[in-house]
Amino acid sequence: MNEGRKEVLQIVFVLVGLIFLVKLFFIQIVEERYKNMAGVNAIRKEIQYPIRGIIKDRNGKLIVYNSPEFDLMVILHEVKHFDSTRFCQVFGKTQDELRLLFKSFYTEIRNRKANRFQPFPFLRQLSTYDLARIQDNLDEFPGFFIQDRTTRAYASKAVANAIGYVSEISKNQLDRDKTGIYKQGDYIGQSGIESFYEEYLRGQRGIKHLMRNKDGVIKGSYEGGKYDTLSVPGQDLVSTIDLTLQEYGAFLLNGKSGSIIAIEPATGEILAMVSGPSYDPNLLTGKNYSQNFKLISTDSLKPLFNRPLMAQYRPGSIFKIAQAMVALQEGVITPETRIRCDRSIINCHGPHSNEDLRGAITNSCNPYFHNVLRRMLNQGKGANPFDDTRIGLAEWDKHMMSFGFGRRLGIDLPNEKRGLVPSPEYYDRAYGGRPWKFSNIYSIAIGEGENMVVPLQMANFAATVANKGFYYTPHLVKSIGNSGMPLPQYLEKHLTTIDSANFRIARDAMQRVVEAGTAQYRAKLKDIVVCGKTGTVQNEPNPDHSVFIAFAPKENPKIAISVYVEYSGQGGRAAASIASLMIEKYLLGGTQRPNIEEYVLKGKFLH
Amino acid sequence: MRREEIISHKIDWVTVLIYGLMVFWGWLNIYSATYDETQSIFDLSLNSGRQMMFIITSSILILAILIIDMRFYETFAYIIYGVLLFLLLLVPFIGKEVGGNRAWLGVGSFGVQPSEFAKFATALAAAKFIGTIGFRMDNIRNQIVLFAIIAGPILLILLQKDYGTAMVFMVFLLVFYREGMSPFLLLVGLGVGVIFILTLLVENNWILFGIIGAAWGILMYMNRRKKIRRLGIITAGALVLAFTITSVEFIFDNLLEEHHQKRVMVLINPELDQLGAGYHVYQSKVAIGSGGVIGKGFLKGTQTKLKFVPEQYTDFIFCTIGEEHGWIGSLLMVSLFMSLLLRVVFIAERQKNRFARVYGYSVACIFFFHFATNIAMTIGLFPVIGIPLPFFSYGGSSLWSFTILLFILLKLDAHRMHVLQRL
Repeated sequence: MNEGRKEVLQIVFVLVGLIFLVKLFFIQIVEERYKNMAGVNAIRKEIQYPIRGIIKDRNGKLIVYNSPEFDLMVILHEVKHFDSTRFCQVFGKTQDELRLLFKSFYTEIRNRKANRFQPFPFLRQLSTYDLARIQDNLDEFPGFFIQDRTTRAYASKAVANAIGYVSEISKNQLDRDKTGIYKQGDYIGQSGIESFYEEYLRGQRGIKHLMRNKDGVIKGSYEGGKYDTLSVPGQDLVSTIDLTLQEYGAFLLNGKSGSIIAIEPATGEILAMVSGPSYDPNLLTGKNYSQNFKLISTDSLKPLFNRPLMAQYRPGSIFKIAQAMVALQEGVITPETRIRCDRSIINCHGPHSNEDLRGAITNSCNPYFHNVLRRMLNQGKGANPFDDTRIGLAEWDKHMMSFGFGRRLGIDLPNEKRGLVPSPEYYDRAYGGRPWKFSNIYSIAIGEGENMVVPLQMANFAATVANKGFYYTPHLVKSIGNSGMPLPQYLEKHLTTIDSANFRIARDAMQRVVEAGTAQYRAKLKDIVVCGKTGTVQNEPNPDHSVFIAFAPKENPKIAISVYVEYSGQGGRAAASIASLMIEKYLLGGTQRPNIEEYVLKGKFLH
Repeated sequence: MRREEIISHKIDWVTVLIYGLMVFWGWLNIYSATYDETQSIFDLSLNSGRQMMFIITSSILILAILIIDMRFYETFAYIIYGVLLFLLLLVPFIGKEVGGNRAWLGVGSFGVQPSEFAKFATALAAAKFIGTIGFRMDNIRNQIVLFAIIAGPILLILLQKDYGTAMVFMVFLLVFYREGMSPFLLLVGLGVGVIFILTLLVENNWILFGIIGAAWGILMYMNRRKKIRRLGIITAGALVLAFTITSVEFIFDNLLEEHHQKRVMVLINPELDQLGAGYHVYQSKVAIGSGGVIGKGFLKGTQTKLKFVPEQYTDFIFCTIGEEHGWIGSLLMVSLFMSLLLRVVFIAERQKNRFARVYGYSVACIFFFHFATNIAMTIGLFPVIGIPLPFFSYGGSSLWSFTILLFILLKLDAHRMHVLQRL
């Protein structure tokens, strides 16, 4: 009756043993996930945030540095049930805030944006007082830990727009990041130099492997730190900015809307780049970043708008200098060519009637340049006035573009605008295929009409004239790390299509503008030969913008500058005053004309 | 009465060797599980140090067992059983509460769990009863007495809410099966278990009804020429299974406590609650799974060392083996248990009297149940119940009780030629 029952039991025993071995084979050998989980479980990878490169000015003065910052992080996987009343007391949160925070973490996990093994930022930028209090009680709350890293601090408020700011990488940026370098919570340069030189500044994250037990208590480093990597600090930058000049520029532009760009003509190094109105960059570092950013970004005066590169204006009369040189190059006029100031088509100002080229520039004669442009565009190369204008305009474009107008110069900042030099194709589109000829487009002759420039292009133009026909792309960083060199593109000389001989007229005329012309009162300096040109950008129905470009000294120029002051009338006033004060400050260390400085400071032109 | 001698060459040294290997390896694992660089394996403040004391006392127990007259065990089987039942009865009243369970009896810091010792006592009693001259398994009265023998400790241990240990006594059904009990009860029991899980897994109960119906039809057809009694049994079995399906929801919702419900649900869906009910199993699997083929090496396991696995030196000691010795270690451990089980069955089969044989099978089946349930729960094949792994898990009571269990058999075996054949 009991035959075979012994065998049944033996088979059952062995079968169970085999089932276990097969199941264990799968758990231990086939499936990878348990191995990965074990890594996450027992070893905490602590991120060693690199120190971001600091930025100094051309004289070694500190512009941007780092200050320590402590964040309270949480790894949800390690969080145990805790007394929420006690928790709120220690961490200074209300129950509702607590619930909301955790809810947002879980939402991210559900959306597969994050997982429960990675740290979430719980409290940002703890004050030293909070830090001490929290650290004392941290043991009670497994899963919470303090992460230290550094945040940006700005030694000067004056460089805000050029330097830019740093903030935590956004969801969008993280999604777009193909390099895989960034993780949630990382800092990334959001604008200005911080953004353009991000790859040099950011450095490299290090990872420290720490063993910990189930309560998250650290039990020392894993395998003696065999797998640890040290963080590599970011590279320091030396800016081309002269902080003293920059701060003086910001001081002068205070309460006004506009921009100042000063360039060293021989190198293209930007000595000062001021945008007004601006903001205090230190507002965008602390834990109030988000609320401050909201305030700043919604401010009606647009302090985040970097006017030197982004504000596009009509070039105005200053364009006449470029016109003159292009016309000389094309051979349609000579310096001696006199043209009657016929105000029937286009109006003019000042008492003059029949000027040569120098006089026309000095007096900014509109009919003269109207005529000059006609000569350039209608050289009789085409079969009819339409084709002729077309051919002439294409030629004219080529010259203008060689000055850097109508295209991005390639400054080391993001968001540079290109301005506009209208091409034949542009007019085809504008006229919807209907024919156009000189008489349709002549307002570009005096820098009005379709032409658009940004202040940076104007400063670069001043530098080009100072250099008699070439320029180096304006840039803000002269040395990266220990190289002592800027990016290679900033060592490249750009020639214009104009022979350097043709610049002589322009330079002479610009000298006369300051000494005897539209800017004589406010831009003339005692010991320095300043060459300049005023511009008044029509801005109906609002007051005109005041524009001035200049370089000095005339021989071997050290500084080229463009100044835009919005809504402040003629270029000879606000803009010329500021430009000359900047030149004085840079070349002489300060102004000898307190009345001019007072004039600038008193006038508040904010619109 | 002839003076008993301990004749060493009559002891089954193969079993002693397996026992020794298990206890020693277990001891090393307990050390590893609670390892602290600064402390030695002998340190009495560590579990490994205390386990060493348990091992030494076990050796004394072994000597005592071997010295005591072999006839003592059969003669006093009922008395031993009675004493243990009495102790179990006392536990709820004067027991100490340890870890939420009132299962300990003791004086001062020294305590034992009577439920552990009830196993060998019950084995002795059942063996004695079956070994009675003229015992027939097909006698319904005998069966009722046998069920009463195992029901006694089960009920008393359930009073302590120690469901795991109570379940151990169900394994005597296997022994009874070996001794001639109809497999019907085992099969239906197995069927109820499978159907229970399937009902939780499968949404549509009609599929299960269909399967049971089909199985019933096929069995009825195959047995169509057999006695009406067998057809009745098959029909009754099918009805019990069908009834199980309809009652699963009720049992699950009303009879199981919440944490038991969770443990069952976690088994079905391991990802369900990794921090709550699923934590044990999840961490256990992570620890075992991280071992790979050859493991991380002795004392090198990060998961177990850093206490991710709760109760890992007692019920979850296998995690340490899995993590530090990998699949090779698992293979060795499973092989050791297989050798032990088969060796014990071999020993049981060579006994001349029925008492010793039944006792031998009881030993094999109790070890089997512990081994199977313990490993199954650590790798997520069975709900988590507190069942130690014999000879490996930390704990005095369990080590002593398993040692007593095994060495009584070896004592009986050493004297198998001295008894009259009464089979």
